[in-house]
Amino acid sequence: MEVLYLPEFGQFALILALAMACVQAFLPLIGSFTRQPLWLAYAQPAAWAQFTLLAISFVLLSLSFLFDDFSLAYTAANSNSALPWFYKLSAVWGAHEGSLLLWLLILAGWTFAVSLSRGLPAEVLARVLSVLGFVSVGMLLFVVFTSNPFDRILPRIPVDGADLNPLLQDPGLIFHPPLLYMGYVGFAVTFAFALAALWSGQLDSAWARWSRPWTTSAWAFLTVGIALGSWWAYYELGWGGWWFWDPVENASLMPWLTGTALMHSLAITEKRGVFKSWTLLLAIFTFSLSLVGFFLVRSGVLNSVHAFANDPERGFFLLILLAVTVGASLLVYALRVPNLKARVSYSLLSKDVLLLANNLILVISSIMVLLGTLYPLILDALGSGKISVGPPYFNALFVPLMLLLGVFMGLGPLTDWKQMQWQKLKKKIWLAGVITLVLGFAVLPWVYDGEWHLYVALGLTLVLWIFTTSFRDLWEASRTKKGWLGISRSRLGMFFGHLGAALIVLGVTMVSNYGEERDLRMQIDQPVEVKGYQFTLKKLIHREGPNYIADRAIVEVHNPKGRLINTLTPEKRLYTVRGMPMTQVAIEWGFLKDIYVAMGEELTADAWAMRVHYKPFVRWLWLGALIAALGGVLAITDRRYSSKKAQEQLTAINKGGV
Amino acid sequence: MTPKRKQKLMLIGLMVGGLSLAIGLTLYALSSNINLFYAPTQIVAGEAPEGAEIRAGGMVVEGSVERDTQSMKVRFAVTDYNQEIWINYEKILPDLFREGQGVVAVGRLNDQGELMASQVLARHDENYMPPEVAEALKLAGEMPEAAPFIRNTSNK
Repeated sequence: MEVLYLPEFGQFALILALAMACVQAFLPLIGSFTRQPLWLAYAQPAAWAQFTLLAISFVLLSLSFLFDDFSLAYTAANSNSALPWFYKLSAVWGAHEGSLLLWLLILAGWTFAVSLSRGLPAEVLARVLSVLGFVSVGMLLFVVFTSNPFDRILPRIPVDGADLNPLLQDPGLIFHPPLLYMGYVGFAVTFAFALAALWSGQLDSAWARWSRPWTTSAWAFLTVGIALGSWWAYYELGWGGWWFWDPVENASLMPWLTGTALMHSLAITEKRGVFKSWTLLLAIFTFSLSLVGFFLVRSGVLNSVHAFANDPERGFFLLILLAVTVGASLLVYALRVPNLKARVSYSLLSKDVLLLANNLILVISSIMVLLGTLYPLILDALGSGKISVGPPYFNALFVPLMLLLGVFMGLGPLTDWKQMQWQKLKKKIWLAGVITLVLGFAVLPWVYDGEWHLYVALGLTLVLWIFTTSFRDLWEASRTKKGWLGISRSRLGMFFGHLGAALIVLGVTMVSNYGEERDLRMQIDQPVEVKGYQFTLKKLIHREGPNYIADRAIVEVHNPKGRLINTLTPEKRLYTVRGMPMTQVAIEWGFLKDIYVAMGEELTADAWAMRVHYKPFVRWLWLGALIAALGGVLAITDRRYSSKKAQEQLTAINKGGV
Repeated sequence: MTPKRKQKLMLIGLMVGGLSLAIGLTLYALSSNINLFYAPTQIVAGEAPEGAEIRAGGMVVEGSVERDTQSMKVRFAVTDYNQEIWINYEKILPDLFREGQGVVAVGRLNDQGELMASQVLARHDENYMPPEVAEALKLAGEMPEAAPFIRNTSNK
């Protein structure tokens, strides 16, 4: 059968892609030292070729999954002929080897997109592509030598595959890894721009301007990716939590935090030409943290709720890769940065300094997450015992830092660049401040259950503070001839970004303070009560699905007024291929609250241990993340990234340093 | 010193101060929020503190799970094939909890040396063994051959 030859072509394409990546990395490098424009010109076609080859390789691996080619070790371990086609496809990135290939394909995709961007000087483009080429070479070496998805199991081909992990047989997991990787890998572009700028020594504001849309897109992808992961964990793991401070989650949060800082610091560098060295460092850190996250997740050094391949060889390779990337980029940084001198001044009360404060808080949060994640590893390496760092640590540090960040988030947009009189700022914020304190701190916290809680008051104060100041900023922006329609996309982007953040804070505040989680015994026809809602187990059914058998409970939910609001049908499934049990939760969802029922264990023939959660405002978390990401999209589509006038302005900034 | 330099120095000072404060607080928070892992042998030997939050784990002893049908109470024994300890729990056990497999529990020891667990963790993957458990078993010289670190295939 012809199909059987596919994987070899895939492998061949992968190796050719490695060769192309080498061309893309080394020729421009040599060309720039020997000043040969022809060598520089190799970068672009090499990038295109690499992208095409990786795409071929990826498509061939996908075909192996679609056609159930279990002669591939990877397919055999992660797919099954009984899977529906869309899960066969998403199983391609369901485990280590395939997700690496996806990572590479996405890197090549970003590279391709960069190579198409207009208005970038040829020399800059070649340098950027060269740096991206180096990243690709490192990762391709890793795949080809330690994690080849095209490895065959010959001659004894299994009759059927071991199936995709049932937890991953879910629509959320089709999209979560690609989006997350788009984010992680997208920061490679910013990293490449930063290194290219350091390399050439042309550290004007131009590189900041070129980097901005790329950074913002990567950030938007990462935001949606993390939110999707949180949502998936909420309904699929059956625990009802939305964030666990799990090392793998932390791995995605760290680059998100520094990435957020980077987005803001690029804004200062572009507009004002200050903090250049800081911005460069952040660009390096953000991508390095993406790699650190990748290392932590993929090397199996961490004890996580997510189980991953534990292979010392892979871990070692990744560690080397990480050390080389971070070491080399910091070396370039150290050699070049002393030449940087900003000729710009700013006073302590200015948007510049407030943004710097925002940056500091974000970076400190990121360092704190990193410490908490690595601390067990360090202690273990020192032989001081096996420990784990729990959510109390992260909450104790993260919550106050985010409160502080929220204060600046309100002030920042209303402050002028360079300098501002305190009197002028006071005029702008006093109304917002009064509304916030009266409503947020004193009035609203009483509304929900008639009691005042400090944490609710703090959270709501912050939410209102960000709301009111953001609206004030928008209102100021609308006071031009064109009115509300004249507001620029990037200003709107900032508004939605901050609005999203406020909604996330609102969701977190409400669900953490008013949520209720109970594990209880439910017997048929004996109602139990949680938060005023009555839950009655009516029936227990046994049923069979396509690749699982299940116990299903029929649970009637009555609201506090005694009206039947829904009949929920949670299930406990046993996936037969792997013999793996799964909890299928049932959720009555709404904007104001979720009611969440999951089956635990059978106690007697007519009684089950059940988990019932009451989750107020939990959806606002993910909604907030989506709105924030939408803000990112708006900012990218701002006209000044394409218009000619803006280009000229930029040149002026570069010449005069403002 | 020029005013500009002064300003720069002030900013740098603020940054360094802020950073060191943050790291200090972080380390402090770490020291009060970590849970040490103890193997059954260590707990039986009295090495684990009574009343403090710890983590304990091992293989769930076959046939040891006792479930009260009238409440949520459940208890089971875990072993490192050297000593056993009992773990009491009042919530729903994770899906992948099974007799003969590795688990880790977070909780406090009572005066009978039993762990009153607030959380029981079993992993996503049926072949996965928590590293602490694997190490404890190795130390006790009782590492079962097939169990740990078979290829894991789950992903987030």
